Amino acid sequence: MRRLCSLLAALPLLLGAAEPRLVPDVSDTQIDIAYSFTGAQLLLFGAILYPSGRPPADTDIAVVIKGPSEPLMVREKAKVAGIWINHASERFRSVPSFYTVATSRPLKELVSPRTAAIYEIGIDNLLLSPANGTSANEQARFETGLIELKRRTGLYAEHVGAVSVREGVLYRALVPIPARVPVGSYTAETYLIRNGRIVAAATREIAIDKSGFERFVATAAEHYPLLYGMAAIGLSLLLGWLAALGFARVRH
Amino acid sequence: MHLYLPIAGLSVNALVIVVLGGAVGILSGMFGVGGGFLTTPLLIFYGVPPAVAVASSATQITGASVSGVLAHSRRQGVDFRLGGVLVAGGAVGSLVGGFIFRLLQKSGQIDTIIGLLYVALLGWIGIAMAREAARTLIATQTGAPPPPLTTKRHRKWIAALPFRWRFYGAGLYISPLAPFLLGFLTGLLTVLMGVGGGFILVPAMLYVFGVSARVVVGTSLFQGLFVTAATTLVHALTTHAVDLVLAGLLLVGSVTGAQIGSQLVQRVRPERARMMLALIVLTVAIRMALGLTWRPDAIYTVQLL
Repeated sequence: MRRLCSLLAALPLLLGAAEPRLVPDVSDTQIDIAYSFTGAQLLLFGAILYPSGRPPADTDIAVVIKGPSEPLMVREKAKVAGIWINHASERFRSVPSFYTVATSRPLKELVSPRTAAIYEIGIDNLLLSPANGTSANEQARFETGLIELKRRTGLYAEHVGAVSVREGVLYRALVPIPARVPVGSYTAETYLIRNGRIVAAATREIAIDKSGFERFVATAAEHYPLLYGMAAIGLSLLLGWLAALGFARVRH
Repeated sequence: MHLYLPIAGLSVNALVIVVLGGAVGILSGMFGVGGGFLTTPLLIFYGVPPAVAVASSATQITGASVSGVLAHSRRQGVDFRLGGVLVAGGAVGSLVGGFIFRLLQKSGQIDTIIGLLYVALLGWIGIAMAREAARTLIATQTGAPPPPLTTKRHRKWIAALPFRWRFYGAGLYISPLAPFLLGFLTGLLTVLMGVGGGFILVPAMLYVFGVSARVVVGTSLFQGLFVTAATTLVHALTTHAVDLVLAGLLLVGSVTGAQIGSQLVQRVRPERARMMLALIVLTVAIRMALGLTWRPDAIYTVQLL
């Protein structure tokens, strides 16, 4: 009886010991795309808190950065009558516009395929939800094509070994953000992994937006198309006229 | 120096774009073509989305045409009446073109159609121009009198059109419907291909209508000026693909280049200049044709829904 009582009293402590906590942070919660934007380096760092105070031997971290999802149409080219034209297409309901995963070790050694699929860790584990209802084979072909394209533009990437964990309690990851990054609100998910299972997770939000003049131009083009078009014509007329004037003066 | 293009959504080397605009500007100053047939493919090759490349190079041609029109009108090199008819046709054509552009974009065939149009038109015009220039060059070398530009001044189908007008500058007495149709066609092509239409207008006016050579380049530039302006507006309203920063960079280069080109052309014999243009046009056509038949870099392309 006494044993049971002490066990019950210790239960919260035991549970707490089983679940460490993540305290994540990022170097920038707001990335501004201005005129000189050629990409950015995002630093994700944080601490792992163990209620027992003692960190276990093997601790692994995976950091997933995801951009806003969007519906897409993927087209496939084929050679028809000697030239390459789009002949087939597949719709996808929600494709992350940006996806990067940084891990401390190769993904295969880190988590079981099942866990990776559930948490969408790794580019091949993304759920892209094809919407055409074509055969599974065909959907897989289009998915591979889409992922390959995204990888090539740097919008999908896997950085193995980009996360370093110090003494089991501090981690940091440096993730490059390419210049072609789409705007929107991003999430940075950090997973603490032990023995192939996810034991803790935490999320931070990052906003990527055009700023200053770039933002002004983009919103003007979207919301005031008539004024924007007239401004573009005005600019070209003005520059053409100025050049004619300038060169006429040089000649005389 | 890298600059971020807000509509295209990527960063480019500003110097490369300015130099590209300058090279195209020299051509436009020399030959009275807008140079869009070079800008658009080169921009696409550089990684700019095709819609943005087409829309922004139209804006650039407007600027490059201004100084040309000013210079030619001072020399009475613009037939404003003929130009007005061409502009009217071009405005209608660019509206219809905007509609077709949207339709093709939805069906996913816009890139193929643009490519095919380029190959067909540039190939045809390049060959026609090269033949004509070669004939003149040979004639001058053997000492024979140069053959006339147009063999037929009177074409039956043009003469059959009703209500004829007199175009004094051009030296024509024809129905305005014929130039209106020509304007319509170039307006259509301006929206679809991001070209000013000069490379169609100039040979069509010379070889089909028999417009007097004195006003051909000026009138073509005049038409291009208004039609590319209309096209910029159509693209701004429908595709939202006009990139002001990209157009501005191209403009800085091309307006300067146009002035240099108009100086250069006075030192080159006209038939040599036409031969050069023909060779450039043919090179672009061959490159585009190969591009259509080669296995593309990316079999898969994506489009936002």
